[in-house]
Amino acid sequence: MKKLHRARTVVAVAALAAMASAMAQQKSASDGIAEYRKMLEDGNPAELFEMKGQELWSQKRGPKNVSLEQCDLGKGKGVVKGAFVELPRFFADTGMVQDLESRLVHCMATLQGFDPAEIAKTPFGRGEMANVTALATWIATESRGLRFNLPQGHPEEKKSYEIGKRVFFFRGGPMDFSCASCHSVDGQRIRLQDLPNLTKNPGDGVGFAAWPAYRVSNGQMWSMQLRLNDCFRQQRFPYPGFASEATIALGTYMGVNAKGAQSIAPAIKR
Amino acid sequence: MRKKFITIPLAAVSATVLLAACATPEPPAPSAAELDAAAVQAVRAAFRDQGIAKVDRIQQDLGQSACSSDKEPSEAVAAKIMDEAKATVKWPTGGAYIGDWREGEKIAQSGRGLTWTDRSTATSANGGSCYNCHQVSKEEVSYGTIGPSLYNYGKNRGVQDITAPTAAPIIQYTWQKIWNSKTYNACSNMPRFGHMGILDEKQIAHVMALLLDPNSPVNK
Repeated sequence: MKKLHRARTVVAVAALAAMASAMAQQKSASDGIAEYRKMLEDGNPAELFEMKGQELWSQKRGPKNVSLEQCDLGKGKGVVKGAFVELPRFFADTGMVQDLESRLVHCMATLQGFDPAEIAKTPFGRGEMANVTALATWIATESRGLRFNLPQGHPEEKKSYEIGKRVFFFRGGPMDFSCASCHSVDGQRIRLQDLPNLTKNPGDGVGFAAWPAYRVSNGQMWSMQLRLNDCFRQQRFPYPGFASEATIALGTYMGVNAKGAQSIAPAIKR
Repeated sequence: MRKKFITIPLAAVSATVLLAACATPEPPAPSAAELDAAAVQAVRAAFRDQGIAKVDRIQQDLGQSACSSDKEPSEAVAAKIMDEAKATVKWPTGGAYIGDWREGEKIAQSGRGLTWTDRSTATSANGGSCYNCHQVSKEEVSYGTIGPSLYNYGKNRGVQDITAPTAAPIIQYTWQKIWNSKTYNACSNMPRFGHMGILDEKQIAHVMALLLDPNSPVNK
C-alpha cells in the first residue's frame, strides 16, 4: 500500500515537473507552484518523510536503544503538537537557544546515545542527518495550521534575535551579498522566483512558515538548516556549520518576525 | 483604624517581594556594540572552508561592514567608501570599452560561479548574473526585479554612436559602475564585478556592448 502510494506520487511529481517547465514561459513561477501545490495536496511527497519521522520518534534506537518519546521540544517531555511554531527557543537544560534540528540532535545524544558531533558533520540527506530531517518534517506537520509565536521572554532569546538580525544583514563574499540583499524588500524577485521579505511577517505559509519543504526540482526534503545552507552557498559564502549559533540566530530572527504567520510546513517548493 | 491594619501587612509583603527581586537582579541587556561583537564572533565561529569558498570571504572591507545593517552609513563614511571605490577602477587596456553584445548576452544570462560547488575561481568560469536582478533584453522574460530595468539602456541615454565623443561620459560611467558599483552608491546591492575579480576586462566590455551598442537587442 505504501509502495503504491510512493509510485503514484513519483509519477505525479515527474508529470507535474514537466508540465511546470512547459508553463514557465507563460506563467510566473509562483502561479505554477501554487497550481501544483494544489494538485499535490493529497500526495505531497513530504508525507513519506513525515511517516518516517513519526516512526523514528517512537522507535527504540541508538546505543542506548530508547525512543525519543521523552524528548522535550520546549513544551514539556514528549509534547510535539505546537512545539514547531515556538522554535528556536531557550532551553534551561542546555543553557542555549536551540532550533528544532539542534534540539533533536540534543535529544538523540542524551536519550539515545548518538554522537552529536558525528551527526552535525554528516551531509544532508545521509545517515542520521536524514533521520533528523524526517523527524523535523513530522514534528512540523504536527503544528500545521498553527501560528508562529516564538517566546522572547528570556534574555538569551532576545540576544539570539539581535544576533540573527545582524547575521541577516552581514555582507561578505566576492559578491557582497547578505540575506538582506534578496529578502528585505516587498515584491522583488530573482529571475521569476518571488522573494519573501523576511525582515517582517511575509504572510501565512511564506518564508520561515514553509520549511521543511519538499523540493520538486531535485526530489529532496529540505530542512530549515539546509535551506539556510543553500542560501549561503548562493551568497558565495564559505560553508556554515550545521546548527551553528549564527544559523540558529537567523531562525530566531525570521521566526520572531513571522509572528502570527500560519505554518504550512512541510510545503512543496520549486 | 481598620485601614491601617490592612496597609501595614501589605507594605511588608511588597517590601519582601522587592527584596526578593533585588536579590536576583537580571543582568543588564547587552549594548548594541556588545551585540555587534557577538554577531561577528558568531559569524566567525559558524563558517569553514569548502572548496573554493574559503573563510577569508567573511573578512569584511569597509564597504561591506558599513553596509551590514538596516541603517545607511553616515555621509562621511559613505563618501569614503565611494572615494576608495573610484580609486580601484581600472580602465580597459587600449580604451577597448565595447566588446561583442552577443558575448555580453551569454555573460548576462549566466549566474554561474564562485559558489563552493564551483571548481574554479577563474573569471572564465563566472557569469554576470545580470538577468537575476535586471530586465535586460526584451526577449528574455525571466528576469529579476532587484535592480532597475536596463532595457533600452543606451538608447535612453542618447547613445547613437559608441565612437562619438558625446558618448564617452556615459560609457565611462557605465564602466565604473560595473567595475566597482560602490563608486556611485556606497551600499549598492550590485556586485563589484571588476574589483572583486568576478569578470575580467574583456567580459565587462562584452556586457558594456550589450548595454550600449545601438545594434544590441537591448537598444532595439
